[in-house]
Amino acid sequence: MAEAEESPGDPGTASPRPLMRDLKAVGKKFMHVLYPRKSNTLLRDWDLWGPLILCVTLALMLQRDSADSEKDGGPQFAEVFVIVWFGAVTITLNSKLLGGNISFFQSLCVLGYCILPLTVAMLICRLVLLADPGPVNFMVRLFVVIVMFAWSIVASTAFLADSQPPNRRALAVYPVFLFYFVISWMILTFTPQ
Amino acid sequence: MASADELTFHEFEEATNLLAETPDAATTSRSDQLTPQGHVAVAVGSGGSYGAEDEVEEESDKAALLQEKQQQQQPGFWTFSYYQSFFDVDTSQVLDRIKGSLLPRPGHNFVRHHLRNRPDLYGPFWICATLAFVLAVTGNLTLVLAQRRDPSIHYSPQFHKVTVAGISIYCYAWLVPLALWGFLRWRKGVQERMGPYTFLETVCIYGYSLFVFIPMVVLWLIPVPWLQWLFGALALGLSAAGLVFTLWPVVREDTRLVATVLLSVVVLLHALLAMGCKLYFFQSLPPENVAPPPQITSLPSNIALSPTLPQSLAPS
Repeated sequence: MAEAEESPGDPGTASPRPLMRDLKAVGKKFMHVLYPRKSNTLLRDWDLWGPLILCVTLALMLQRDSADSEKDGGPQFAEVFVIVWFGAVTITLNSKLLGGNISFFQSLCVLGYCILPLTVAMLICRLVLLADPGPVNFMVRLFVVIVMFAWSIVASTAFLADSQPPNRRALAVYPVFLFYFVISWMILTFTPQ
Repeated sequence: MASADELTFHEFEEATNLLAETPDAATTSRSDQLTPQGHVAVAVGSGGSYGAEDEVEEESDKAALLQEKQQQQQPGFWTFSYYQSFFDVDTSQVLDRIKGSLLPRPGHNFVRHHLRNRPDLYGPFWICATLAFVLAVTGNLTLVLAQRRDPSIHYSPQFHKVTVAGISIYCYAWLVPLALWGFLRWRKGVQERMGPYTFLETVCIYGYSLFVFIPMVVLWLIPVPWLQWLFGALALGLSAAGLVFTLWPVVREDTRLVATVLLSVVVLLHALLAMGCKLYFFQSLPPENVAPPPQITSLPSNIALSPTLPQSLAPS
């Protein structure tokens, strides 16, 4: 665990970082998101690989086909990417400006990892969409997205809320709510062409 | 404590001045020092604001503000603490400002009473963000509901509307206050009396006045046209009234012509924003050969109607 305190990709390290160890660290953080407890692992040993993997997966699944020339369609790959990263940076800046004592990258790490439930929701939605279209189909997807949205919010506030003074907690948490709401909306309105 | 005594001593002097200002917005020379060049110089280390209880918040607000303005130097704009001073608000303060914008009263100047010369950037920024996303989402939702009534409409996520909404709302909420502030400063010219509002205060006025559009946009989901126009008119009235009541003390010293023209332009721009939102995001839908609203707006009960959400899922 000692090497985890180096910044990722530290140049000049003599021996190459073993891939398995990094993957295990990422996997461990995924488990912390899925079962949020008051542990400090996500904050202490932050990394941005997990958020990157999740963001790319989500953007790949959400993008409309390049053959689809319709202007009205869903988001492009770049749009999803921009929304996720720009949104996370904005929330982090907001949290720091309000006087929170969390570091910039720790906050990005937490917000990125907490997209995991919504990525799972996207996978489930894509599978459900292979079945018969209909109101039942929509209700199932709506239910799944709502549950995962709530899970994301709970997971991220478990990590982020403590870093704010109590009389500003709501101000810091509201943008997180808006962020995951927008991502959930993109997932729910996804229609394969 | 000696410091508490100093605070209360200052408070008695300044409180009477502030209270005297509020009803008629006339100014004394003291107020020149209260509104320095552009910005409130509140030091980051104002840990007092963290622990302040609501009941003493008023006094500690005024007293801390005055003391800090007299003692602290403004941090440079390249430092982080400079920007932190614009986010020095608590949840209760933000909620109070939102309430103040929802219920405008003629003598009740928003800037003096609710902002108390401590404008923040949190409110304007996140209200604009919320409004932009709510516009895009409800506009899309309207299309969904319309498609359920009339399957010939082609549904699509229309993601580009998010970008359009964001850009237009933010441009309105930042460029119009900039123009207004510039115009007011130009008109005030060399007058050393109560200056016009600072740029941030103008941004705050506009930002918080946009809040009432959020419930209005959500209520526009109800697909009854006259109801939509009614809600639109109500929200526009509230919002524009707030703007006018806040700007009136500043413009009434000017000539009648300029004052009337300025206020009409402000109201007109606001109305144009509301109309633009309505027409672009809630495009005209098929005429009313539909079931009454309560049935339409509750998705689960539409199972009997024709399917389905995305038209393009039909097997091709």
